[in-house]
Amino acid sequence: MACNLQTSFLPALKFPAEATLDKRRGNGLVVCSVASAADSIMTASTPTGSAAVVVRPRPLSRREVETNERKMTGTTGKFGRFGGKFVPETLMTCLSKLEAEFNLVLHDAEFQEELATALRDYVGRETPLYFAQRLTDHYKNESGCGPQIYLKREDLNHGGAHKINNAIAQAMIAKRMGRTSIVAATGAGQHGVATAAACAKLSLKCTIVMGTLDMERQASNVLLMKLLGAEVKSVDGNFKNATSEAIREWVGNLETNYFLIGTAVGPHPCPSMVREFQSIIGKETRRQAMERWGRKPDVLVACVGSGSNALGLFHEFIADKDVRMIGVEAAGFGLESGKHSATLAKGEVGVYHGAMSYLLQDEEGQIVGPHSIGVGMEYPGVSPELSFLKETGRVESYSVTDQEAVDAYQLLCRLEGIFPALEASHALAFLDKLCPTLPDGAKVVVNCSGRGDKDAPTVFRLTQGSSLGDNKRHPVSP
Amino acid sequence: MAVAAFNSVSFVGLNKSEAHLLFGSGFGFPSTRLSVSFKAFKPMAAVTAVPAVGLSETFDKLRKQGQVALIPYITAGDPDLSTTAEALKVLDSCGSDIIELGLPYSDPLADGPVIQAAATRSLARGTNFNAVISMLKEVVPQLSCPVALFSYYNPILKRGIGKFMTIIKDVGVHGLVVPDVPLEETEILRMESIKNNIELVLLTTPTTPTDRMKAIVAASEGFVYLVSSVGVTGARASVSSRVQTLLQEIKQATSKPVAVGFGISKPEHVKQVVAWGADGVIVGSAMVKLLGEAKSPEEGLKELETFTKSLKSALL
Repeated sequence: MACNLQTSFLPALKFPAEATLDKRRGNGLVVCSVASAADSIMTASTPTGSAAVVVRPRPLSRREVETNERKMTGTTGKFGRFGGKFVPETLMTCLSKLEAEFNLVLHDAEFQEELATALRDYVGRETPLYFAQRLTDHYKNESGCGPQIYLKREDLNHGGAHKINNAIAQAMIAKRMGRTSIVAATGAGQHGVATAAACAKLSLKCTIVMGTLDMERQASNVLLMKLLGAEVKSVDGNFKNATSEAIREWVGNLETNYFLIGTAVGPHPCPSMVREFQSIIGKETRRQAMERWGRKPDVLVACVGSGSNALGLFHEFIADKDVRMIGVEAAGFGLESGKHSATLAKGEVGVYHGAMSYLLQDEEGQIVGPHSIGVGMEYPGVSPELSFLKETGRVESYSVTDQEAVDAYQLLCRLEGIFPALEASHALAFLDKLCPTLPDGAKVVVNCSGRGDKDAPTVFRLTQGSSLGDNKRHPVSP
Repeated sequence: MAVAAFNSVSFVGLNKSEAHLLFGSGFGFPSTRLSVSFKAFKPMAAVTAVPAVGLSETFDKLRKQGQVALIPYITAGDPDLSTTAEALKVLDSCGSDIIELGLPYSDPLADGPVIQAAATRSLARGTNFNAVISMLKEVVPQLSCPVALFSYYNPILKRGIGKFMTIIKDVGVHGLVVPDVPLEETEILRMESIKNNIELVLLTTPTTPTDRMKAIVAASEGFVYLVSSVGVTGARASVSSRVQTLLQEIKQATSKPVAVGFGISKPEHVKQVVAWGADGVIVGSAMVKLLGEAKSPEEGLKELETFTKSLKSALL
């Protein structure tokens, strides 16, 4: 019997901490499955080659307690002083209902199984942990030493980015709650495409709100959304304006509308929901690393726009102090230029779109419009959870400029034949500074959060001046 | 003695509320100031010697007279601050009982297109907090009704909550409404507002469950702001009939005055809400629209005057 790797989520209450299963589950034979408190995944193989993975879903509050200095209560949604629910009173009950539903689905075996199937068959998970040989060689020093670079290929997901992990799960929740219409805001358009796709699959009405500036820059995504059946509503400005407008739409139609947030910001429970559904990235990475190297990765690198892909990769490893976490933000034209989107680097703590977090604001407390060549990086706020992790020092935060991101895009194209989204290119660009500091053989995992078709026109236009073969950074392959 | 002299003078120039303010307020004003105001008293009082009382007191007075409060809202700085200054005076003289003044913010989540546009225009003109405060410093002493500020949370946080409260108290502001801070997060705001004698008004809405509503009305100061509909600010064709039930429920939970806002734009709406038992009526977008879309500031002020009077007469 050939069966694929199947993930089964078992209700925590039925199976205590150190449980061993010795029985059939569905079509598979569960041979060895121990879910301990420390690890969430254990694998085993049977003589026939199939394997069963047992994951014990952890209730949020217990998980947070496991990680050090993390204070989060289920109802207030606080990460230290960050997070919370700072929204008009009209939304408060809706948020409580959403939180209740979220807690239910976490422990609902049927939902989890349906989600696992969708992630496998629709999204195309699990995504490969790809060893970038030429990129690794590129960063070796004269003695031939350097870290080993792996790419977590979230660009291979359906839709072209990690966004679908969250969109499909939340669309399923919306359907469960009896909502008929989804409203979502999108920046680069990836979340818009993912949401439109999920809505088509689940027969839900879909409205995507997008800023006019973004619609121009990521036009191909706008076309896709429309083809997928979504109504695209434009607002003046960019993602921050789209989000504000989407929240207003939500407030106006609470009974029928479901506001599908695409990134780890917003009022509780939104940041936690997004992080939870994106954490599949980190969970897979842990297992893949264990299989490949027999241990954990040493360094995780992810770009930070608002924090969804970063938290998706990082969250699993927060309690593992020996795993370094690096978030790379957009420095745009440079941090001193005023034209950037480096919220963790340059922001101050404030309240925005429902949560307390770092925020790019002026001296009046008005919200500053950010800039980055990576459209999905342009958000003046950032995830409250990531704000907390940065403040407590668990996550290191750096930034790279537009130019460095564009260079990294081209480098990966030439060395590995992979075209990363400009957002993910920010993470890749940081390797320039990171690799010389790492010991030989260190395992680095970079989250390649999206694919770069949508950015090809931009990159091409910017590099048209120089002949691509002349560029010293991109040696023509022998 | 001075008071007795004043008594005998004809009150043609005074409207009812101003007369009551003078006599009912219990303020001990120096007699010299009183004689000055007596001589200078005009129908549209440019300078009144009487400082306005707070929100709760205003409602107390109105209750004794069996009157419902008219509470207009305008955004500061749209079309410009000097027009706002004039508008405040116009609203006051047309019989407003409390005036809500909104501080423009870049991302007003609770506001519909009219007030959003006003905020954008205001910010584009360079309106900032200090400018609004300077304007209020000049204008508030000239008003007979109290002013409550309406501000989103981030600008308050940026300044520092305590500092913000002190500054607004210094210019004579009596109340504050912060629409994006839920009850759970109001503790520190309330602490600072109490210290500075600013009444922090809280909002309850049609989606608020009864238990939560009770907690909100218990904590609210000045009055309780009942949001009439599920949505953002903006004029609507009619006021939801749910308001009637909500008003009843709230009045069972508290004796504090309840003012209804969001969507009220016509004298008919005002009459309806009054008939249902509201103690106050808040009119925002309709006012903001008049001022913002007028052909000139002067025209806007004129239209504001006419409109406010029509609303006031619906209350009398």
